[in-house]
Amino acid sequence: MTVKMSARHVSAYYGDLRALDDVSIDIDTQHVTALIGPSGCGKSTLLRLLNRMNDAVPGARVEGSIELDGQDIHARDMDVVELRARVGMVFQKPNPFPKSIYDNVAYGPRIHGLARGRGELDAVVETSLRRAGLWDEVKDRLDDRGTALSGGQQQRLCIARALAVDPEVILMDEPCSALDPIATARIEELIGALRGRYAIAIVTHNMQQAARVSQRTAFFYAGRLVEYGDTSDIFTNPRATSTKDYITGRYG
Amino acid sequence: MKGSTLVILVVGLAVLFWQVARARAYQFGGSGKFGSLPAQHGWFAALWVLLPSLAFLAAWQINAPGMVTDAVLRDPAAAALPPTGLTRASLLAEARALANGTATGAFHGLARDLARRYATVQVRFNWIATAATLGLALSAGFAALAKVHSGFRARSQVERLVTLLLLGASLVAILTTAGILASLFWESGRFFSLVSPGQFLLGTHWSPQSIDPAAPGDSLGSLPLFWGTFFIGAGIAMAVAVPLGLLSAIYLSQYAASTTRRVLKPALEVLAGVPTVVYGYFAALTVAPAVRHLGMALGYADASGESALAAGLVMGIMIVPFISSVSDDSLAAVPSAMREASLALGATPAETVRHVLLPAALPGIAGGIMLAVSRAIGETMIVVMAASGVATLTANPFASTSTVTRQIVDLLTGEQTFDSPKTLAAFALGLALFGVTLCLNLAALGLVRRYRERYD
Ligand SMILES: Nc1ncnc2c1ncn2[C@@H]1O[C@H](COP(=O)(O)OP(=O)(O)OP(=O)(O)O)[C@@H](O)[C@H]1O
Ligand SMILES: [Mg+2]
Repeated sequence: MTVKMSARHVSAYYGDLRALDDVSIDIDTQHVTALIGPSGCGKSTLLRLLNRMNDAVPGARVEGSIELDGQDIHARDMDVVELRARVGMVFQKPNPFPKSIYDNVAYGPRIHGLARGRGELDAVVETSLRRAGLWDEVKDRLDDRGTALSGGQQQRLCIARALAVDPEVILMDEPCSALDPIATARIEELIGALRGRYAIAIVTHNMQQAARVSQRTAFFYAGRLVEYGDTSDIFTNPRATSTKDYITGRYG
Repeated sequence: MKGSTLVILVVGLAVLFWQVARARAYQFGGSGKFGSLPAQHGWFAALWVLLPSLAFLAAWQINAPGMVTDAVLRDPAAAALPPTGLTRASLLAEARALANGTATGAFHGLARDLARRYATVQVRFNWIATAATLGLALSAGFAALAKVHSGFRARSQVERLVTLLLLGASLVAILTTAGILASLFWESGRFFSLVSPGQFLLGTHWSPQSIDPAAPGDSLGSLPLFWGTFFIGAGIAMAVAVPLGLLSAIYLSQYAASTTRRVLKPALEVLAGVPTVVYGYFAALTVAPAVRHLGMALGYADASGESALAAGLVMGIMIVPFISSVSDDSLAAVPSAMREASLALGATPAETVRHVLLPAALPGIAGGIMLAVSRAIGETMIVVMAASGVATLTANPFASTSTVTRQIVDLLTGEQTFDSPKTLAAFALGLALFGVTLCLNLAALGLVRRYRERYD
């Protein structure tokens, strides 16, 4: 098993508020890691630390170490632009650019020069949209604005946009929160297909989904990593009472 | 009684009625649980005392001088006045000054006679004004007091009066604009009865100093002026202001550390606070000579000390804070999720600005630039001090160039009669300039509005 990203003793602060407290966790390519826990427990914060999106948040600080392929992502010689290209992210709220559907997906390949010529770019756009399960719905309207799509379509557009860069790690923050059961099933299928090639972490509030798509589950509560292990163990035999309460729906 | 004394008196009455109405309302304990408070009954009475009487007084003050003069002119002595012209006006002014005690000795016997007449008429009118104002205030006040009883909804009545007050306040601005426009149209109309609009707008020769009375239009072609105006205000000034303003906004909003921003932003705002006249002499005394030397060095034999370049450069610097603040606002209005989306894909900040932020903010920025152009071409002080009085149709930035505003100032200063084609031309220039800036502003507003809708 190759560990792709590892966080050790990571604490995160927004000003005086501690959003994460001494969290250690690994993400690897063999397993999909599900992050679960009640609202405000720091799941999004952890994802944002992994590709240093919190750098730009005023007042945000991080302690501890995070490594990508054994290399400290906060090291001086780590290029944050390259880090973000390698660690892709799908945000909690869909955020397509006010550009055409095509240009949304082509954005990453274009700035990184990943496709030579229009033909290659077309192919990248099509594959990405297909993998995100959006191709059939938009193939005849690639020039329409991405912002004109429905919420669920926008969410899948953002997934396609992240896939088009061909990252090594994919962080998904509640990618199915705005999707219907059919689209959700497609995304779950996609995650299954991507496993092994990409290291994937997914935040979800849907326990069945966590059980279906992930092999590892991390349960967070109030900024702490309460329990972390094989998904089957956590769902059948949780050790902490708070984990048990949460997954059986007693609160959260 | 003098106007100011009257106003004080009316205000005093209002306070009095406020007290009385409130005291009455206290006696019956307001109007139910959710009805009007005693103080609202007070306000109701006070506003009724104030509004009609002060409105009357204002109207009276505007119209009284004319009515007084009319009354004086009905005096037999006035028949000796010359029928029209300056002498008649100065005689009347002298008589008025004598009557008011602002002048001591009289030059003309006729003025002295009229002054007596003025004095009596003024005293009479004064009495009328005083009596009418106080009468209005009192009767309105008592009428209001009579309404103050337990079932009366003073609260909503006060609300209605306040609405009227607010409406009145906004009408003042609108009516003033309408008045200015009307006079502009009227004077321009007189000008265009002497010179055809085609000749005025398309003529390429501008020399109001040497007008041929038989064909005034031949030397009143405004094309060189409008050319100069756009060359300086929309060309040179924007070539300076847009890059500087836009780039500094990008730096401040996307790159600068918060400490840097805390220093630089106020510095830019100071630039916006420099009076234009200071920019004017900076342009005339510092920049213009330097530009002339530069022009000479570059081999322009006609490099002028009143060049378009000097005025345009300084005007551009003046506009920088405006462009920068508009651009800053437009960039800030782009949702931060857009920025994060781009950064998360591995785009650099510069790529994010170029591909995501600028395209999204562009309509707002373009609208801001249009407003800036409209401001630049209306700008007067810098060009009065640094541009030339001679209008030439040239694209050479080192040559002397004039602008519309500069010419308006030139046309209206000095000894002029107010109905020659020369002075009337100033109004026509003003009207044309107004037309241009109005179009620019409307287009800019349209752009900005379209842009807002996109993110709402
Ligand atoms: N930009 C920010 N500035 C200040 N505080 C923040 C910021 N982002 C998050 N927080 C705080 O950090 C804590 C963790 O937030 P986070 O978004 O990580 O929670 P979450 O687990 O993703 O919740 P949810 O399931 O509702 O998305 C919360 O208390 C939140 O208020
Ligand atoms: Mg979250």
